Parts: sequence; C-alpha cells; structure tokens
Amino acid sequence: MKKLKQSRFFQLPALVVVLLLGVYLQRSGLIDGMLFYWEDIVYLTKQHIQLTAISGTLAIAVGIPLGVILSRPRFIKVSEWAMQGLNVGTTIPTLAILALSMSLLGIGFIPSVFGLFIASLLPIVRNTYTGLLGVPAHLKESASGIGMSASQMLLRVEIPNAAYVIFAGIRTALAINVGTVPLAFLIGGGGLGELIFTGIDLFDTEMMLAGALMTALLAITVDILVAACAFLMVPRGVNPSRA
Amino acid sequence: MEILDFVMTNLNLLGKLTLEHIGLVVVAVGLATLTGVPIGIAITQNERIATVVLYVASVLITIPSIALFGIMIPILSTIGHGIGYLPAVIAVLLYSQLPIIRNTYTAINNVSPGLREAARGIGMTSAQRLRKVEIPLSVPVIMAGVRTAVVMNIGVMAIAAYIGAGGLGVLISRGISQSDPRQLVVGAIAVSLLAIVADRSLLSLQRRLTPRGL
Repeated sequence: MKKLKQSRFFQLPALVVVLLLGVYLQRSGLIDGMLFYWEDIVYLTKQHIQLTAISGTLAIAVGIPLGVILSRPRFIKVSEWAMQGLNVGTTIPTLAILALSMSLLGIGFIPSVFGLFIASLLPIVRNTYTGLLGVPAHLKESASGIGMSASQMLLRVEIPNAAYVIFAGIRTALAINVGTVPLAFLIGGGGLGELIFTGIDLFDTEMMLAGALMTALLAITVDILVAACAFLMVPRGVNPSRA
Repeated sequence: MEILDFVMTNLNLLGKLTLEHIGLVVVAVGLATLTGVPIGIAITQNERIATVVLYVASVLITIPSIALFGIMIPILSTIGHGIGYLPAVIAVLLYSQLPIIRNTYTAINNVSPGLREAARGIGMTSAQRLRKVEIPLSVPVIMAGVRTAVVMNIGVMAIAAYIGAGGLGVLISRGISQSDPRQLVVGAIAVSLLAIVADRSLLSLQRRLTPRGL
C-alpha cells in the first residue's frame, strides 16, 4: 500500500505536464502532421508488435528451458563456461547483433527475428539460471524429504521460487527487444523504424516524431505489461512487489 | 581473408572511429557520473523524492534510443544542434542516469547503521561522515553502475551514427547501405570488442578501487 500512495504523489503533476504538452503540440500543428501518416502508423505498429511477439516468444520458449538445463547439477561444468560466455554476450551492442545476423542470413523478416531472438535470449537464460541456483537449499531438501521426484521439485518448488528473478530477466529481455525493433528496419524487417529513419533522412519532423513517439509508447506499454504479469503470476509468498 | 585485408588497409580509419566512439562515451558517461552520483546521494534524504526520481529514470531508460534521438531532433534544432554530437551525448547522459543514480542510492542506503552510528559517535559532522565513511564504502557499487552505463552506451553510440555523431556505427551503417559485408562485419566486431574490453577493464578498476577492508 505504501508504494501505491507514493506513486499517486507524482501522477497528478505528470498528467498536467502531458496535458500541457498535448495542447502545445496541437497548437503547433504537429499532431495534424503526424496524423497524416496514420495509415502507415497502424500498419507499421502491427509489424512492430509482430516482430516483438514472435522473437520474444521464441526467446522465452528457448531461454527458460535452456536456463533450467544449465542449472541442473550434472551440467555444472558446462554451465560455468556458458555463463562466462553469456556475460560477454550481453555486452555486445544490439546493432552489432543485427548487423552480424544480416551478414549471416541476408535481409528481411527472418534475419530480423533471428537477431532480436538472440539479443533477448541471453538475459532470460542468465536470470533463469541464477534464479534457480538461488533457491535456498533447505527448500529443496524438504521437497525431496516429502518424497517429491526431481521433476515435481522443479515444477512445484524451484520454478515458483525463482519466478520473480525469471520475470525480471524476461522484462529486461523484452525491453531490449522492443528497443531494438526500430533498428530491424535497417536490415529490411520493417516496423516503426521505417518512419523514424526515413523521417531523419528526409528532415521530416512529423514523420519521424510519429514513429519515435509510437515506439516509445510501445516500449513503455510492454514494460508495464510484463511488470503486471510478474505481479500477478509470481506466487504471493515469494513476490517482493506484493509483500 | 577479405575482412583481414579490409582491416589492414583501413587501420587509420578504424583507429579514428574507435577513438571518436570512446571519446563520445567517456564525455557523456563522465558528465552523467558528475550529475548522477550527487543526485543519488541527495535522494537518500527523502524516500518519496527517491521513488519519483528512480521512476522517472526507469521510464527514460525504456525509451528506445533511436526514438529518443528522434524526439530530440526537433527540440535541439531550435538551437541548431538537431543532429550530431550534442543529441548523442545528451541521450547517453539520460540513459546513464538510472544505473548510476540507482546504484549510488542503494549503496549509500545500505551502509550499515552501526558504522554510521560509530562515525557520529567519534564526532564526525554529516559532511565528514559522507566523505569519509559512506562514499568509500559505496565506491564498488557506484562503479558497478558506471560500468553498466558504459557498456550500455557503447551500444547506443553505435546507433548514434545514424544521426551523424560518428563513431564505429558509421562502419555498420555504411556496410548496411552499401551491402558491403566487410565494413558490416568489421564494424560489428569492433563495437562488440570495444564493449567487452570496456566491461573487463572497468571490472578490474572496480576491484582496485574497492577499499581493502571490503
């Protein structure tokens, strides 16, 4: 409850600022200029969401099992190396990942999805792994003490306890993903980057702002959605944001 | 082989772009440290303001960099710097705030109350306490924030090539638009190496700056 109160404290000023900004934009004719591209915005936003959804889902579907496998005791030697590699991998800039993906697979939708997939895979694997390793040993011991099999223990004890950390990884991954999608335009993947980059090249402020504002809005929306998912799906007892 | 040839014949260009890239990141993150650390220390005084500041910084960081560049162009054009060096530095400055402010804030907040009490007990003023106890104890965590900021912003600076800020992104953007795999791969690998090297060397600096007692 304390957190909620604090967030209300700055909601009002923020709303006023947004309102004033809106009035200013309307009067300067920027909004009309941006609405001129409405059809493009709708089409490209769909493409944008599609890219994020496909690559994000793939990354989650591959990343979590990979993290689980790496956290099993019998892979401990491999996983130390793998984590070193992942730590180095996460420092690679996303533009470089997309560029390398283009040099491997050419241009278009598939290389974009592949690049985005790789960029968002790493944080998910890393957080799944660290989250599972962080599950207190006494919990695992009591689980095996009441006769749970290894898979029961994983599904009913380890994953729920690690869920908060795993969700944090998904949140980071999707934030990186949504932020990188505009760059996918450069390698022919489409998306709102088309409006931004073309707008910059043509010095067309309205076109560029239409793309930029929509991209920023999408990024913030996705972040809020993932945070809400984490809030609802992580069990109450191990959820710091609900405590 | 082609790629090696390209590197050998363009060593000068590669060196120049790398230095440009490092220069941009150093200036921006340096400024960000100068603003972020004091802000982080200041907000430990008031929990409410701290929540607001951290919230704003975390919203800022979710805005994709190219969108941020886009939004800044019309604003900065009014003073004649819509593209180029200035928007790139400002974007990196903004992005660096979250890791630096958050780490400073948590580090200072986590200094154990016992130590603070002891410092007060031997008669230190609050400024002395900050300078001689709290900041030295927080250095490793603050440095970790700076490291995150540097690594993240090496990537952002690569994108800044598209708004004319220079740096290694130039090779990538040229490689893409001329469909020249040599420039593309060399640019991508150079940026990645730069990020990895920066990460490793800041990590060792972080270890060296940690007071011996910790």
